[in-house]
Amino acid sequence: MLDFKSHIPNGPLQDKWSNHKFESHLVNPTNRRKHTILIVGTGLAGSSAAASLAEAGYNVKIFGIHDSPRRAHSIAAQGGINAAKNYQNDGDSVQRLFYDTIKGGDFRAREANVYRLAEISVKIIDQCVAQGIPFAREYGGLLSNRSFGGTQVSRTFYARGQTGQQLLLGAYQALERQAHEGRVEIYPRREMMDVVKINDIARGIIVRNLVTGELERYAGDAVVLATGGYGNVFYLSTNAKASNASAVWRAHKRGAAFANPCFTQIHPTCIPVSGDHQSKLTLMSESLRNAGRVWVPLKKGDNRPPHQIPENERDYYLERIYPSFGNLAPRDVASRAAKHVCDEGKGVGSSHLSVYLDFADSIKREGHDSIRMKYGNLFDMYQKITTEDPYKTPMRIYPAVHYTMGGLWVDYNLQSTLPGLFVLGEANFSDHGANRLGASALMQGLADGYFVIPVTLPNYIATQSIVKVDTQHPNFAEAENEVKKTTSQLIKIKGTQTAEMFHKRLGKLMWDDCGMSRNESGLKKLLEEIPKLKEEFWNDILIPGDENQLNNELEKAGRVADFMELGELMARDALERKESCGGHFRTEYQTSDSEALRDDEKFCHVAAWEYNEKNSIRHTEQLNFENIHLQTRSYK
Amino acid sequence: MSHQYHLKIWRQKNSQSEGKFENYSIDNIHSDMTLLEMLDVLNQQLAIKGEDPVSFDHDCREGICGSCSLVINGNPHGPDSGTTSCQIFMRKFPNGSQLVIEPFRAKAFPLIKDLVVNRSAFDRIIASGGYVSVDTGSSVDANATPISKIAAEMAMDSAACIGCGACVAACRNGSAMLFVGAKVSHLALLPQGDPERSRRVQNMMTQMDDEGFGSCTNMGSCAGACPKDISLDNIARLNQEYMRSLLKG
Ligand SMILES: Cc1cc2nc3c(=O)[nH]c(=O)nc-3n(C[C@H](O)[C@H](O)[C@H](O)COP(=O)(O)OP(=O)(O)OC[C@H]3O[C@@H](n4cnc5c(N)ncnc54)[C@H](O)[C@@H]3O)c2cc1C
Ligand code: FES
Repeated sequence: MLDFKSHIPNGPLQDKWSNHKFESHLVNPTNRRKHTILIVGTGLAGSSAAASLAEAGYNVKIFGIHDSPRRAHSIAAQGGINAAKNYQNDGDSVQRLFYDTIKGGDFRAREANVYRLAEISVKIIDQCVAQGIPFAREYGGLLSNRSFGGTQVSRTFYARGQTGQQLLLGAYQALERQAHEGRVEIYPRREMMDVVKINDIARGIIVRNLVTGELERYAGDAVVLATGGYGNVFYLSTNAKASNASAVWRAHKRGAAFANPCFTQIHPTCIPVSGDHQSKLTLMSESLRNAGRVWVPLKKGDNRPPHQIPENERDYYLERIYPSFGNLAPRDVASRAAKHVCDEGKGVGSSHLSVYLDFADSIKREGHDSIRMKYGNLFDMYQKITTEDPYKTPMRIYPAVHYTMGGLWVDYNLQSTLPGLFVLGEANFSDHGANRLGASALMQGLADGYFVIPVTLPNYIATQSIVKVDTQHPNFAEAENEVKKTTSQLIKIKGTQTAEMFHKRLGKLMWDDCGMSRNESGLKKLLEEIPKLKEEFWNDILIPGDENQLNNELEKAGRVADFMELGELMARDALERKESCGGHFRTEYQTSDSEALRDDEKFCHVAAWEYNEKNSIRHTEQLNFENIHLQTRSYK
Repeated sequence: MSHQYHLKIWRQKNSQSEGKFENYSIDNIHSDMTLLEMLDVLNQQLAIKGEDPVSFDHDCREGICGSCSLVINGNPHGPDSGTTSCQIFMRKFPNGSQLVIEPFRAKAFPLIKDLVVNRSAFDRIIASGGYVSVDTGSSVDANATPISKIAAEMAMDSAACIGCGACVAACRNGSAMLFVGAKVSHLALLPQGDPERSRRVQNMMTQMDDEGFGSCTNMGSCAGACPKDISLDNIARLNQEYMRSLLKG
């Protein structure tokens, strides 16, 4: 029986985290280096956790797919990071960030976790500035802010359009400093293949050395997964190519429950798909909605170029439908609205599957240089890809898969249902409910890594009697053999279709029936299609070469195999959640004006799935709203 | 539009074996495809024929992670300035043209396989001093120290380096001065970097030499190849910082 106790501390919301910190047990500084912590993933969450735990004196080993920790997917984040600093004196506060996040998540996140996140947010910015992160500044020398969707204050800190890069480099440099001091060992070009359990506790991992193909064993006192999200289930997404779900999926099979897998985020402003050859999609940061106005022609099938369409024949539909938030409506709302106008036949571009994001007014108001200063690199990126100049002609954008709110279930301490296994960053489910607000993922990854895990993991170590184990333990051999078996099984098939081909087909199925909108018949169809695809895969996958070398095709095949299983769980979760909330839009459950219709009576809970090969079991964790009243989300 | 290309690609099984160029013809390449998508197509074709696909590093495919590292027709990251390998579109190359694709070559970047090289030397340079030594939690309010907008912008110009190594690959001496100069400049331009200024530049320079990077002869090829337009000013600043550290200790 899995343990779903959330371990939310008692007491008033505002005091929970301070009380918890005080009540958490400590590990004596001289004993810390005797404890080894294994961290997988070198993005913001993993790198910040590794650096902070090493600074505290623990012996840390960190593993990542890339040749350097600095290349992890977080590097690509563009727009910014939120914090309730209220430097703009515009009415922001911890309470307001908390409120915006709960509401933005459509009341499907835990109050206590979200409050803690808002509270910690201010310290993150302090830490990052101390590291020398070159955030944007005003002429007076103070930090600059901008607005993101779903909020009416300016609380987003940014470093041009490269905020993720700068934050990750800060964490990476802190990590390298610890490596230099000998407190962290960094293992690049390694992919975690399995978690090793001893006495039902996570005590180690099996990793594949991606250069030599060798399987390696590592033992530790705790395992931390910070392996990012699973948006690449859809094949086409804004995620990096190597982002994958295998680490969390394999941990899930070992006993870590998977929460809300159907909660995926479709980002409204991405460069539209241009053809079948496309290998990934490019995001145009949400920050652009500060300056850009979204519109389509009023008339269906209006093929005139944008500058020939006069003002009164344009529909600035976000401003029209959501007057108080306008172009800064939250992502799920803005994405659905774009789909809606395109479905009505008003889409632009040759495919008619895009809408305009127009900067003409801001350029007129603020001047070309000011816009270049804020968004120059995004404009350049857009122009490189599309050959169109957004200073002169509006961008064309369309929603694309971007982020996954679902992930491994964790308690308040970020521990999964598999004891000793902690999950940080996008890989867990904890803070964003059914929809994440822009600039909140970086905040969460760094909150988890810099400030939460350095409290909760020591408490775990101090309160458990962890016996020493080494990699000679038979469970390591057993796990390693299982990995070997699966790998050689995959290689032996020598079929006719590559991993890429299967991945594209899976992605199409998922996008069509478990994407921006879902319904019962589509999901049921999906649940018939995926098993068929899976069977075909296990009979017909083609992997050239062998496992004893760098073999990208083998890596991809392993990841696709897991994506198919996860895709199936996403469909089941979406089918069972008979309501619409946030990014999960069931067409059967909508209001008369096409907004998401929640069912708080029946679904005000987290769905946490326990793995079972035949039929996974759906558990629920009830969500209690004691500080914010459950209400219908409105951005009108 | 659909095009055809002649590819000449460096193939090498591993660090021990000898490498050589292989020729491939590829057609049906859409002009909106990226260079890496063209290589994806080639790799699918090779895989189906049972041949070993071409290994190359990549991840973000939008010019920020610094993974992709191809020399195209003699130029690291291709002929255009300010572009990574993953941001090159096939519309750039005329129908029927030849593309010679090689790895980033440098003594300090040993080859792993085909187009994949080991750039861990860069990590070790950062580890030797490319940071501000502040432990988590020990910082003051973020607005406590005002920093002029100009200093912050200049620091950001340097901090924009993606650590791809094109500068090293472009330099005939295999020098890493632009990479090191960018990090030293970023931190030297900000008050946070000040206390460790001397130690940082000395340690990073020493590590750079130990890794086998060559010396700088001011040819400027590095900045020409840099996908992020990191300017030669960073090398000048590195030299100044180094001199300053010798004088001030
Ligand atoms: C284009 C883009 C722009 C974004 N912009 C913003 C923004 O402006 N603001 C914001 O708040 N959020 C933004 N986000 C979201 C945010 O970047 C991510 O949610 C966040 O960076 C995730 O951090 P992480 O540390 O949890 O995981 P990641 O950064 O994804 O790191 C996980 C790493 O683990 C590696 N890994 C996976 N499996 C394994 C394995 N088995 N073994 C070893 N390694 C493994 C992965 O390759 C990956 O590099 C953006 C996302 C994208 C895609
Ligand atoms: S793949 Fe990331 S920079 Fe090219």
